[in-house]
Amino acid sequence: MTDVAVIGAGPAGLAAARTAAHAGCRVALVDAGAHPGGQYLRRLATAPTPLPDAVHPLIDNFQGASVWAVEARPGGVRIHLRSAAGEGRTLRARALVLATGAYDRTLPFPGWDLPGVFTAGGLQALVKGQGVLPGRRVVVAGSGPFLLPVAAALATAGARVVAVCDASHPARWARHLATVSRHAGKLAELGHYLRVLRRHRVPIRFRHAVVRADGDQAVGSVTIARLAGDWTPLPTGRQTVAVDAVGVGFGFVPSAELALALGCDLVPGAAAPAVHTDTGMRTSVAGVYAAGEITGVGGAALADVEGRLAGASVAADLGFTPPAGTARDRRRRARALRFAAALDEVYAIQPGWQQWLTGETLVCRCEEVPVSAIHHAVDDLAITDLRSIKLTVRAGMGMCQGRVCGPTTRAIAEARLGHPVTDVTALSTRPIAVPVSLRTLADVPPDDTAPTRPGGCGTRPEPAT
Amino acid sequence: MSDSEFGFTFDGEPVTGRPGATVGAALLAAGIRTLRATRRHGRPRGLFCGIGVCFDCLVSVNGETPVRACLTPVAPGDTVTSRRPEVDGR
Repeated sequence: MTDVAVIGAGPAGLAAARTAAHAGCRVALVDAGAHPGGQYLRRLATAPTPLPDAVHPLIDNFQGASVWAVEARPGGVRIHLRSAAGEGRTLRARALVLATGAYDRTLPFPGWDLPGVFTAGGLQALVKGQGVLPGRRVVVAGSGPFLLPVAAALATAGARVVAVCDASHPARWARHLATVSRHAGKLAELGHYLRVLRRHRVPIRFRHAVVRADGDQAVGSVTIARLAGDWTPLPTGRQTVAVDAVGVGFGFVPSAELALALGCDLVPGAAAPAVHTDTGMRTSVAGVYAAGEITGVGGAALADVEGRLAGASVAADLGFTPPAGTARDRRRRARALRFAAALDEVYAIQPGWQQWLTGETLVCRCEEVPVSAIHHAVDDLAITDLRSIKLTVRAGMGMCQGRVCGPTTRAIAEARLGHPVTDVTALSTRPIAVPVSLRTLADVPPDDTAPTRPGGCGTRPEPAT
Repeated sequence: MSDSEFGFTFDGEPVTGRPGATVGAALLAAGIRTLRATRRHGRPRGLFCGIGVCFDCLVSVNGETPVRACLTPVAPGDTVTSRRPEVDGR
């Protein structure tokens, strides 16, 4: 049995795997991508050599493997994988580090499901990971600093970036100047992207948003509107521009499904389910650790520190001698968390965005559920919880399992109800984390550590006599 | 077509692929943005999240169960077909 399974080979997972392996732990590093690095350390798919972080005699690297379920058992965990070739496999480990990262938060607008409308991260993946230009005339819109590197990558690759629209306003940084001044590296990075955008004459428009997209079989134009402070679109000064690609991103949503399935406690009051840990990155479930964006979105540097802390804790808890530097890493983490909190505050989604929706705007892309269906469920059926909304209108019941529409469904329902819902994880909890075939399920080996109940699931029927 | 490039088809039309490219990226590079129509209202869909989260870019490769075009590497001679409501059922 492996000592530690690490799920996710982005900055957090790589740091956790390396730290645990250096302490002497045998590590299984499992990742869905073709190469280690995750969404941040993205390289061209044809890049030949693996990241040095993933190379260590004690690290077994499983790339292209989707984890569809994890089970916590006394003395360890079972991890169910499906390989890139579709084959099932079950790993056992004494402890588990979840480093599953995050994905783009999007907000719907009329026409957002047209081909040519991408998430900001999707544009980045195509340009940096695949070397493909997703469009010749592009608008990048949303909220947050991530829009800048995406626009810079597009402009550098030869796209005409018509505008970067940020719904937020940098004036909101004014109250965080003390925090910002302690992060010179972040400011230098920002400066670099701003210089690239200036060189390519890309205008950055604050308090602006893409409020609709039009096209026949794919996007042909978008409408850009100026926003009030609460993001309500203003009726005057709207502009329609021809584009063949759009990128939208309003921050990120933690990929917390495996942690939720294990029953890990969440950060109270977080906008999207994020995993709660102690300062050693231990979750509320014994033997399960979490690091990086799934504990709250804070960028690659924070993820790297959290990965090291998780690797050190897991090594110590399993009886290995962890490396020195934990106290310094805890201080670094505390400083980075303050910066992340400031980012959250400055770029927080404001409620006025719902004013750019129409009744027909799709909320759930998979099941094609419009805004009006959620309004109907609240207004006419007197539904007050997310689970009943999901079961009634089917939002979150499609292939993406609510990953795209979950936060949006919740926001629209809460606005209509006039109060928060209590079952915030109803659209995030999934016993099976990715779609799998019945064959994969059937191939799972029997579990001799599972509790058995007479007459319950898993007991063999008596042979007919 | 350079030495390393190869051919595959999308709904019968010839398309050029490169080693390491996903089906979705190769189609986008060829100017093909629309990959399927939705099963209820026949709405056009293509790549959206680009990282395997949204399942919008489902296509069939060589007649097999639909896969995410954004994650699936394209191979020489692949026959990629779009999903259409009449094939999809429901």
